[in-house]
Amino acid sequence: MVGLVLVSHSATLAAGLVELITQLAPDVTVRTAAGTEDGRIGTSPDAVEVALRAADGGDGVVVIPDLGSAVLSVRVALEDLDADRYVLVDAPFVEGAVSAAVTAGTGADLAEVVGAAREARDIPKF
Amino acid sequence: MAVDAELARAWATGFAAAVAAHKDELTKLDQAIGDGDHGSNLDRGMQAALAKLAGDTAADVLKGVGRTLISTVGGASGPLYGTVFREAAKALGDAPDDAAFAAALRAGLDGVRRLGGAVEGDKTMVDAWVPALDALDGALGEGLGPAAAKAAAAARAGAEATIPLQARKGRASYLGPRSVGHQDPGATSTALLFEALAAVA
Repeated sequence: MVGLVLVSHSATLAAGLVELITQLAPDVTVRTAAGTEDGRIGTSPDAVEVALRAADGGDGVVVIPDLGSAVLSVRVALEDLDADRYVLVDAPFVEGAVSAAVTAGTGADLAEVVGAAREARDIPKF
Repeated sequence: MAVDAELARAWATGFAAAVAAHKDELTKLDQAIGDGDHGSNLDRGMQAALAKLAGDTAADVLKGVGRTLISTVGGASGPLYGTVFREAAKALGDAPDDAAFAAALRAGLDGVRRLGGAVEGDKTMVDAWVPALDALDGALGEGLGPAAAKAAAAARAGAEATIPLQARKGRASYLGPRSVGHQDPGATSTALLFEALAAVA
């Protein structure tokens, strides 16, 4: 099953999203890389790498960032890992993660989960 | 001039001191158009880097600075400045001359542009880095010292030139037109970086 990594500047924000996702897609492996190692608001490439390895069940991992520098931290981490099966997706943090998790929970492959996360950009709230 | 570990250490030390001295100014700039953490983040990162300056070559020293910044900064400047130093270190080789050093800095800039996707005019550190390296390259024939002085002046001018720009990258881009009229913090710290180089080269 495809895994999910949520990268956020805020540990509490990421934890809240994990709570939400666990309700909707309890079988999906979700890990977070959120806040700095000393507990501040920010992101850490080292934490992203740890989360990627933990979420990687062999079918790939979709990574959802919250804001800009989360993207930078992920890109730095991915440069060192050199793995096609880790995909950073430009998707809204909540909606993208939810779409990805629900899709992954159906056993979809990496490409489908990536697609679902991307499409979340265009899903209106109302 | 030998671009050796001593020069790299002196540069990193000078930059750390400049960032510490200008921490409040950088924070104020970042409060105006960012999330207010550029000063404290970069200060934290460079202070941590000061403890990791061991190395036999300039490449070793700069690689250490890059790695430390990536691991400790937490904000955008960690990956961005970290990549500059890491990519420059990768390109440096063991006993670089002035030209190899300038080329390595260019590799650093290319790394930053690839990572963040910024182009000139986006109101970012790139707007100070590009003029700085163009000035450095143009004056290398005069020796690294004079060339670095010209690079520092160009970086400072580049930072000031970000004032009228509208941000197209980073937290400031969320502000849109309200980012106009403020100097970019990343371009400002870039000016400090090149001024620190000029002081030791």
